[in-house]
This record gives sequence, C-alpha cells and structure tokens, in this order.
Amino acid sequence: MSVSSLTTRPSWAKLPRRQMPVLATLALLLVMYGIGVSQYQAFSNVQVIFNIFIDNGFLLVIAVGMTFVILTGGIDLSVGSVAAMTAMVSAWLLQSGLPALLVLVIALLIGPLLGFLMGCAIHFFDIQPFIVTLAGMFFARGMCTFISNASIPITDGFWTTMSQYRIGDPRGNFVSVSVIVAFVVVLVAAYVLAYTRLGRNVYAIGGNPQSALLMGLPLGRTRIAVYTISGLCAAIGGILLSFYTLSGAPLIAVGMELDVIAAVVIGGTVLTGGSGYVFGTVLGVLVLGVIQTLITFDGSLNSWWTKIVIGGLLFAFILLQRLIGIRYK
Amino acid sequence: MTDSRPVLTMTGISKSFPGVRALHDVDFRLFPGEVHALMGENGAGKSTLIKVLTGVYGIDEGVIILGDEQVAFSGPMQAAGAGVSTVYQEVNLCPNLSVAENIFIGREPRRFGAVHWAEVRRRARALLTRLDLDIDVTAPVASYSLAVQQMVAIARAIDVRAQVLILDEPTSSLDAGEVEQLFRIMRQLRDEGIAILFVTHFLDQVYRIADRITVLRNGTLVGEYPTAELPQLALVEKMIGKDLDVLERIEEQPRPELATLEEGTPFVEVSQLSRRGAVAPFSLTIHAGEVVGLAGLLGSGRTEVARLFFGADRADHGDVAVSGEPASLRNPVQAINQGIGFCSENRRAEGIIPDLTVRENMILAMQAARGWLRRIPRRRQDELVDKYIKALSIRPANPDMPVRNLSGGNQQKVLLARWLITEPRLLILDEPTRGIDIGAKAEIQKLVVQLSDGGMAVLFISAELEEVLRLSHKIAVMRDREMVAHLVNDDTVDADRVMQTIATGTQREEANQ
Ligand SMILES: Nc1ncnc2c1ncn2[C@@H]1O[C@H](COP(=O)(O)OP(=O)(O)OP(=O)(O)O)[C@@H](O)[C@H]1O
Ligand SMILES: [Mg+2]
Repeated sequence: MSVSSLTTRPSWAKLPRRQMPVLATLALLLVMYGIGVSQYQAFSNVQVIFNIFIDNGFLLVIAVGMTFVILTGGIDLSVGSVAAMTAMVSAWLLQSGLPALLVLVIALLIGPLLGFLMGCAIHFFDIQPFIVTLAGMFFARGMCTFISNASIPITDGFWTTMSQYRIGDPRGNFVSVSVIVAFVVVLVAAYVLAYTRLGRNVYAIGGNPQSALLMGLPLGRTRIAVYTISGLCAAIGGILLSFYTLSGAPLIAVGMELDVIAAVVIGGTVLTGGSGYVFGTVLGVLVLGVIQTLITFDGSLNSWWTKIVIGGLLFAFILLQRLIGIRYK
Repeated sequence: MTDSRPVLTMTGISKSFPGVRALHDVDFRLFPGEVHALMGENGAGKSTLIKVLTGVYGIDEGVIILGDEQVAFSGPMQAAGAGVSTVYQEVNLCPNLSVAENIFIGREPRRFGAVHWAEVRRRARALLTRLDLDIDVTAPVASYSLAVQQMVAIARAIDVRAQVLILDEPTSSLDAGEVEQLFRIMRQLRDEGIAILFVTHFLDQVYRIADRITVLRNGTLVGEYPTAELPQLALVEKMIGKDLDVLERIEEQPRPELATLEEGTPFVEVSQLSRRGAVAPFSLTIHAGEVVGLAGLLGSGRTEVARLFFGADRADHGDVAVSGEPASLRNPVQAINQGIGFCSENRRAEGIIPDLTVRENMILAMQAARGWLRRIPRRRQDELVDKYIKALSIRPANPDMPVRNLSGGNQQKVLLARWLITEPRLLILDEPTRGIDIGAKAEIQKLVVQLSDGGMAVLFISAELEEVLRLSHKIAVMRDREMVAHLVNDDTVDADRVMQTIATGTQREEANQ
C-alpha cells in the first residue's frame, strides 16, 4: 500500500520558499540601483559598483564569517573589535620593525584563536553566545587601547603596495586587492557551506541542535569551528581594513558588528539559524553599500539617513522571514 | 538462536535523574538475528535504557558489552560508529534540510572530498523506494507529515551497516500499510543477522514480529521471555503488575442513543467546508454529548478536517454554524471562544512546551481562554492539576517537574489534560492515545465516554479502528482527502465494514442525514 499519492506535495508548495528572502533582497537591490541610475547619470558608471566593493570589502569578509555563526543559530558580537585589534596589532608590530610577512601571519592567528576560545566557552560551559562574544568584544577593544591610545600609522612597503595596487580594465575601471581577497573568501565559504560535511552540519545544527546531536553529528566540534571561522574572517577583515586606512586606530570599526549582522539578515539568513546563503550575504552588503552611495550622491542628506534606512530595511526583512516561517509550517 | 552469543549485553544498569529513579539494576541482552521487543508502561524506562546504551545519558552503574568489548559511548555519533543505529522515540530530524540530506547527513557519499549531491539524491530515492515511499527527496522534511518523517528517520537508520538496530516506537504514527512495509524490512534485516530492539505499545505488533520480549516495570526488570511462551494477557499483567479489567468495562455501560442526541440543534454544523490542497468540501454535524469518530488512512485528510474545525487552517469555502448561529472559525482564538478545544497529534511541534512544568503546561489553555490578566488562583490550579494527574495516571505525579523530563507517553497525557481542563463544548482529539500504554489508553477512552455523557461533544480521530468503533456514535470516513461516508455506529457496523469503505470509498451511507 503506497502512500505516495497522498504525500506528494501540491504544486503551490514547490515555490522556492527557502530562496525567497534572497530573491527579495535581489529585487530590492535592483530597484535601488534602478533608482540611482534614473536619478544620477554618473550612477550607471561601472566604477560606482566597483567602489562599493572597494569600500566594503572588509565588511563583506567579516559578514561571511558571521553567516556561518548565524546559520548555527548563534551570534558573534566580537567581530568589529577583533578586526580593529588585528589592524592595531599589525600596525604596532610593523612599527616595531618586524618583517611584513611575519606580521601578517601573527595578525591572522589572533582572531581565530580568540574565536576558538569563545567557541569552547560557548560549547563546554553552555553559555549564551551573546554573552561570551560580548565579553570577547570588550576584551579585543581593550587590547586595542592597551597597545596604544592613539592611532599608529603604517608606512611598511608591502602594506602601502597592497593599499594602492589597482587591478583594472582598459577602460579605466578598477578594483583594489581587498576586493579580490573578499571574492576568494566568498567563493571558499560558499563551497564549504554547500559541499563539505562541516558546512552541512552547520545547517543541521541551526535547524535543530537536539536532533543533530541524536543523529550523531559533531555538535561541539561544529560550534567551535564556526566561531573560529568567524574569528578568522574578522582577522582577514582587519587586515583589509588596515590596507584601506593604512593605520591601526583603537576606535576604528566601533559598532561594525551591528552593520555586519544587519547585512547578513538583510541577505536572507534567518537569525534563528538553519537557513541562508553566502550569496545572500553578498547581496546584503551590496544593499548597505548602495544605500550609502545613494546618500552620498544626493549630497544634501545627512549620513544618518543611512542608519535610518538600514533600520527600516532590517525590520522589513525580519518581518518577511517571520511571514515565510509561519507559512512554512 | 539463543545458543549463539549475544551481540549486546547490559548488566546491572542503574540510572537516576534528580528525584526519579528511571532504571534500577536492569539486565538486557540482544542476540544477532532476533527482533526483541522491549515492553512496559509509560515511564517504565524503555527510552532511558536506549539512551543510556547509545551514550545520550551516562550510566550510574552497570556494564555494557557490545560484541566482545565493554563500551561506554560518549554519544550517538560514537554509538553509530560502533554499529548501533537508533531511531529515537520522538522523530529527530532537521526540519530545514531536505529529505535526502536528513537520511545521509554525517555520512554523505563524497567525491574528491565534496558532498556528491547527485549520489545522495539517487541513494535516498533508492532507499525510500525500498520502504515504498515515493516522495520528492529534495523537499525540506518539514513539508511532510509526521508519518513520512518517521519513515525518513527509519530509512536513515537502516541504511547504516549496523549490528544493532534500535527502533523506539517507530510505528506510533504509521498506518497499517506502512507498518507492514517496515516489518518486511525488519524481517529482512533480521535474517541478515542484525539484532533489532523494538519498542511499541501495540501488543498485536509485538506478537507479529518479536522473537523475544523483555518487560520493564517502574525502572526494574520483570523478565525476559520467548514470545511464544508469553500469552498476551500474561504480558499485560507483567507490564502493569495487576490484571486488566478496565478495558472490558466500557462497552457494558448503556450509552445515550444517537437519535436522542441528534434531536436538538447541533453544536457545530459545517457545510461544504473545504481548503485547497487539504480537504475536498465536506459537511458534518456534531451535537452536544455526541462522539464523532473520524476514520481513514494516514494522510487521508483526518488531521486537516480537525484543523479546519479549530481554525488552525483557514477554510477557503463553506459555512459554519455554532449552536444554530452562523459563525466563523478563522483562527484558534475564535474557536476557543466558541468553546472548541484541539489536542494536536503533533505534540512535539505544536503542543508541549518542554521547559515549562507539568502544571504550567496543563493550565496554559485555560489561562489563555480567561485572558492573561485574570490569573487562575493557585488553589484552583492545584485542584485541577491534581485531578488530571490522577485521572490520567501521569507519572511521576509531580506537577512541578519540567515536561521535558517526562516519558513520551506521559507528555501526551499532559497535553490531553491541558484541553480537558478547559472543559470545552467540543473537544477535538487527534490521535490522543498514540504512544500511550494499554492501561492509560483504557483510562482515556473511559474519560471520553464520561465527558460525552456529561454533554461534551467530541471529534475523535484515531488510526486504531477498534478504538473509533468502541467510542463513537457515528463515524465519518475519510479517503484521499475527501469525506466519503457517514456511518451510524450501530450493530451493523464493524471494523470490516469500515475498512471496506476506507478501501473502496464507494459505500455511501446517507441514512443519518
Ligand atoms: N531527562 C530526564 N530528566 C528527568 N527525568 C527523566 C528524564 N528522562 C526520563 N525521565 C524519567 O525517567 C522515567 C523513564 O522514562 P522513559 O522515557 O525511559 O520512559 P518510557 O518507558 O520510554 O515511556 P514511554 O512509553 O512513555 O515512552 C520517567 O519517569 C521519566 O519521567
Ligand atoms: Mg519512551
């Protein structure tokens, strides 16, 4: 006796419901871009888009790490401070005369190490990620001012080259090194999430941690891994930030974790975990970038408008997720 | 069979939770190539024994030997690695992942280190075909019914080359055909030499499939018996520790005639109610004091009908009248205000709130109906909660225990109590006795009879036909999401006749309309 005829889903259920938030973001992005192009002639210039990537490369990298964390249903508040700390440590070590490559390696190790420790605290002591990473955030920010109260300029040759190097096409459009780095990070992350066991376990844990455990998936290892990955991404983001500003400043990237979370959520990743894509996060970052650009082009609007629009969008997207979530049942 | 060496031996197992001794000095053995039923009342410790074995809980005392080695698994992952594959009592899948992925996650076929998705889908399809299930394996598992989810969980477990397969109440949400399918596969695996541990509350299933039976009572071992040497009555006696006569008593009581019940205006009358993709238009009347049974196979639309009555889903078309007045049941709040209560079949997802206590879970619906500002006095709460803990023999009888810590069957009873407390005028019971032991099942049936005699209308849904026949005044038969017949439950109606209607859908009975 087959139940097939009774259990095949009606055709309306086949809408790509899980992809819906991402599609909504894509639509929003196109609309905003359309507005820009219709209002300002210069907006249609390809370089405008490239500039968005140049200005937000570090944000994108950090947001990719955050996507991993949020997919498991967690949160990482430390990323902004960790990025600042990484930039700070790099500037400080360079100033003290260490070779650039060694500085790069050291700076890239600190973030993941902190992430690893926070992951362990979250898993083994069963403490809320919010609290643990809040502590991590204060710690990293403290370390920044511990190193120096004032900003440290970077004059190292490697750093300045990286900062100024332009990769362009014959028509004069160009991107910076950080854009290339960001794209590599995005591609690697998308591959990891879609095609590796680690990535699939991330989704499973976000779906239902209890079930994941009973299905024999490595809950602890995966949790620790995502915070380590987020730490690594924050560190890479910090390096890119130091390329961008050519300095380490104790108070840079304050509150950046919130922009990052906003980008991830607008990109369609559900805050409770289990659903979302890296591609969505790219779109989320682009949405933030386009808003900033629109406001810059306008010229008369206060930059606080960026925050207001982001706030409104965030609310709308969480509402959208909620609605889809309800239908999902 | 018994002369071979056991593949699994558990000796002197004890396990306590704060305030509860779940297992005390229990021995258990499992031989290769046998189906071994683990029996006992709700809360006897069956699931705990399984979780202790697979390392979900640590043991306080005792030794577990698997093959030739003593083992102490750190968790399901390690247990699975050592060849112990388990389907736990509550369906444990990740709702957001696809069917195929739920079957293979953790051991996906890979190519060059990457998950080989085409292969995952192909093998998932093949595996489900073996279980006679033809579904879209790329759809998220949450979009399917509980029964399909259960089959998916089973598919996951049987795909592993295990020495020991553990199935904790796998059949509680399956219909007869699916159970048959599962048994066929269990026999096949058994003949391949796999040891199968099987938990169920359906005695007939035990006698159909099990080679041996181990009985637990109150966390202690009663004994281990070859199935052939333990008649059903003796088994029940061993499980509950006394003989069972409550079961017989129900039918002897005189019950009000349907004709007299149907004299007044019906409490609820729906006509041509329908919802696209869920149920075809149907009409049904329910009078005060009447028990209306809803029979049909799994997925035939029984639950969907119930959900429309409660406003959990919105009807596309049709009219509703409550006590003769046109009314709308567009959401649960309206339904509750009209005096309708709904005890859902899916207690895990829709009912129980695991972190609240037994008391809080029980008074939830009543408090909601009164409004959150008018708190129910503590004394009244205690009264009600105690009454239903006794009436449904909920164990442990501790109102302040978080529901999460109760056994599966006892959680079901708490959910039932939640709606009974509100004293609705119409109570919709969707599979209220699923996963409930034989003694408590009889208690619940008795309660339904009492309540309806007291004037409550009941819409009773159950996959067990005997139960529907025993309790209902009339029976509506569902088939392929359509209500195909209304039968008056008189002497001429028996299980065969209902089965026939379910199977063919042809025999329409308009006599009572
Ligand atoms: N995590 C826990 N914390 C506290 N007590 C628990 C926990 N798990 C189970 N118990 C208690 O242990 C006893 C045995 O429960 P168990 O789940 O093993 O019963 P069961 O035989 O599987 O019953 P059912 O047939 O209802 O599934 C029950 O009294 C239950 O309340
Ligand atoms: Mg159990």
